[in-house]
Amino acid sequence: MTMRGPHRRHNRDAELAEELRAHLAMDEADRIARGEAPRDAAASARRDFGNLGLVHDLTRDMWSRAWLDSFRQDARIAIRALRRAPAFTCIAVLCLALGIGANAAVFSWMEGILFRPYPGVAVQDRLVVIAGTARGTPGYTPVSWPDFQDIGLTTGFSAFVADKIIRVTITGGDRADRVIGELVSANYFDALGVRLAHGRGFLPDEQTGNGAHPVAVISYAMWRDRFGLDRRIVGRTADLNGVPHVIVGVAEKRFTGTFVGYGSQIWIPASMQAAFTGRYELENRSAPWIEGFAVLAPGVSRREAQASLSVAIKRLQQTYPDVERGRGIRALPLWESPFNAQRDLAPMLRVAAVVVAFVLLIACANVANLLLVRSFTRRHEMTVRMAVGAGRTRLLRQLVTEALILGAIATTVGLAMAFACRHALTLFFAPRSGVVITFNTTFDWRVLMLSAGAGLVSTLLFALAPAMRASDIDLTSALKADARGVLGGRPASRLRAGLVVAQVAMSFVLLVGAGLLFTSLRHMRDVNPGFETTRVYTTWVNLLAARYDSARVRIYADALLERLRSLSGVQSAALATSRPLDVGSPYDGGPIAVDGYETAPDEAPTARSTAVTPGYFATLGIPIVRGRDFRLADGDTTLPVAIVSQTMAAKYWPGSDPVGRRLQARGRWMRVIGVAGDVRFESLLEDPQPVFYVPMRQSPRSAFNVFVRSSRPFAAVGPGVSSTVHALDPGVATYDVLPMRDVIERSTSSQRIAVTLLAICGTLALLLASIGLYGVMAYVVSQSTRELGLRMALGAGPAGVLRLVMARGMRVTAAGVVAGAAIALGTTRLMGDLLFGVRPYDPATFAAAMLVMIATAVAACAVPGVQAARTDIVTALRV
Amino acid sequence: MPKSPPTSRLELLQGTLDLIILQTLRWGPLHGYGIAQMIRAASRHVLRVDAGSLYPALHRLERQRAIAAQWHVSDRNQRVRVYRLTAKGRRVLTAERSRWDRLTEAIAGILARPAEGDA
Repeated sequence: MTMRGPHRRHNRDAELAEELRAHLAMDEADRIARGEAPRDAAASARRDFGNLGLVHDLTRDMWSRAWLDSFRQDARIAIRALRRAPAFTCIAVLCLALGIGANAAVFSWMEGILFRPYPGVAVQDRLVVIAGTARGTPGYTPVSWPDFQDIGLTTGFSAFVADKIIRVTITGGDRADRVIGELVSANYFDALGVRLAHGRGFLPDEQTGNGAHPVAVISYAMWRDRFGLDRRIVGRTADLNGVPHVIVGVAEKRFTGTFVGYGSQIWIPASMQAAFTGRYELENRSAPWIEGFAVLAPGVSRREAQASLSVAIKRLQQTYPDVERGRGIRALPLWESPFNAQRDLAPMLRVAAVVVAFVLLIACANVANLLLVRSFTRRHEMTVRMAVGAGRTRLLRQLVTEALILGAIATTVGLAMAFACRHALTLFFAPRSGVVITFNTTFDWRVLMLSAGAGLVSTLLFALAPAMRASDIDLTSALKADARGVLGGRPASRLRAGLVVAQVAMSFVLLVGAGLLFTSLRHMRDVNPGFETTRVYTTWVNLLAARYDSARVRIYADALLERLRSLSGVQSAALATSRPLDVGSPYDGGPIAVDGYETAPDEAPTARSTAVTPGYFATLGIPIVRGRDFRLADGDTTLPVAIVSQTMAAKYWPGSDPVGRRLQARGRWMRVIGVAGDVRFESLLEDPQPVFYVPMRQSPRSAFNVFVRSSRPFAAVGPGVSSTVHALDPGVATYDVLPMRDVIERSTSSQRIAVTLLAICGTLALLLASIGLYGVMAYVVSQSTRELGLRMALGAGPAGVLRLVMARGMRVTAAGVVAGAAIALGTTRLMGDLLFGVRPYDPATFAAAMLVMIATAVAACAVPGVQAARTDIVTALRV
Repeated sequence: MPKSPPTSRLELLQGTLDLIILQTLRWGPLHGYGIAQMIRAASRHVLRVDAGSLYPALHRLERQRAIAAQWHVSDRNQRVRVYRLTAKGRRVLTAERSRWDRLTEAIAGILARPAEGDA
């Protein structure tokens, strides 16, 4: 059985056979000596001995499989015992399954979102995110294409993969769809190890030459939904943003791109950038737009790779001191990607992991409590088993086997529940037209192992203490009549009370967490984003896709604004290239130069920007605090102008009026004509960033957001906006019209998921804890009927008895709340990124949680308390 | 795979049989057949230990290092496996004996009680 192998086993078999033969021979010899006939002696010795083969087998089993056999026997006994108590078994399995299932679900989310988010990518374990940094700009920036190419030869990496998420309008017949796509380097499919269902990936030279290679690879989903699984798909053309592209391949079924949250439908080589972002920036070192990846060389750690990247960027800084000053490049693990939903979801998942661990602990405490109750009712069984010769370790093993079987059933049920809920996360996100929201929740062996581990650990947690207690039986006293209990007397009841204290404590922590998040969400709702959120409606127009030239774009934009303004109920309308708080419509960013501003050594001033039409500030309700708004006259033939935000004014012109001063961006000098109020455009939670606005006439774009300000509710104006866009040119695809309020709600989805999760888990925990509290109090009351009867006989009224029981329940609760408050003070800081406008130790939230906890505890203790008060003195005192 | 009836009988007897074997080996090393004969004689032919219980018990005790085995050649020129008590076996024997005493005392207590009630 062990490493000694079959040879040794074979010898032992022969020895055993010889030993048994010797037994027979000696018996036979004795019988002959006693006078039996030799033939009869042999036969009767055989008969007495029994089945030789069976004896051999039974004995051999003792060598090594002894534990296996006794485990099998233990398991049989355990299953019988569990079946005898179906109510206990069901409740215990349900409690544990909820705990384990919640853990498995969160593990699978973490696995699918943070650690292995891209199914179909073979090199996920070695994949890192490449992000830029700029001194003076918080967070990360994209990287420019020339920089990305230059670092491509850095040692320690086996490939660099450029990537940029884009919106693509795909037209054909009368159907225009807006999908998520990716502009990628030619090595995308090869380097990531993504297989193709049809055709090929991109050829190395397809990433060069402005607009020279209109080719595309489509997703399996698009092949199925739009092209009906056409076998001759390769070679067909599709109009992407109005430019015909030849489809050269179809990605394998499970591959949905390298962007978390949104499934990509189409991939296009970077050389086609102009058709999708309106600019060709493959030769512009100061235009950062690549949100790339790199594949670490086998055996190279991220730290080592980072070191060689830092050397590479130093070299670039020597070659291009002007552009590269203050810049850096970082290799980040996937879960820290600043370009993806991971950044928003990571804090939520971190909180979720802690929360579900708490729920599991509470469930364990509950089951431990149930087992303790059971161990009392089973005292007799244990005593008898011990009396017939089972040792203490044997009993302990029996009880642990029982727990393991419970745990195994609960783990299976929990995993099944988690598997059924694996898409639940997607439900939190409202579907958006043309955008498939997918979260890859993986149930691979890692998730299974982790969940099984959680199940095992929790089993041992809940099983050991009750088992030790149950098997610790003093035979003599156990066989004597059971002593009647006194309130809070025995160690077992102290253990139970301890478990309830732990449950109350953990529930309290969850309540505090839920309360803090809820307060944060309320604060977020109240935060002033710097622009009007009610009665402002917005949509998106993409003229690039309709193949408009710049002259037609201008005519269209003017006509659109005019028609919108004439709609009834519309007070003003404007266009802008970016939409605040919408990740899908980000503000531009890049280096700037400011006349008269002294840059610190290594500082590279940057600012975000967007192009807007006159009337934009009035439409969104952003105040112009100095100077003037843009005018229609600010056009391509007049002096370039800009309006800066207050934060930008304070940063670059501290203590002076920026109006009339000069600012340079994208190689052009502009005169500042006004200062606008601050706007939170990246995140509601961050402090406002420096931003400047330019007139759209001086910075023309063919795709823009439309904003409409109205005095009337959304339902009265929204359809009008949509039909106006459609009527102006039916060839231009129309998109959803949304209230700005909805855009903001979306930007806080991470907090909303966290609140929902915590609310569910908090309720669950509260329920489990109150069951535990109820159980303890009910048990204490049932065990102390004699004492209660005595007290009543001595003159205590029902109210006094109720008070007695409640007081004990409240003592346990108070201890739990105090312990919980201590834990909460230490752990709520974990939620730092999710909290907003509320401190992790907000006293009001703590007080509210305490009230809820105490109210629940009162309810849980009242039932056994009233029961105790109704105790009949005569019954109680009769022995 | 052994069938369940012998196994369950073995378990019922397990604690007691171990005790008896250890007690028997206190008088000196013996082979399996000899142990069976000794138990039979010592119990005045009341207890008959069958081979299906004896040999598994011997091998289990050997595995627990309560007894040790060695091959010898008997007076009748028969190769036999002889068991002897180890130091650990002696300790186990003492513990099992006191457990046995307490158990019999406890069972005697149970058996005595109904008599009280009847009176």
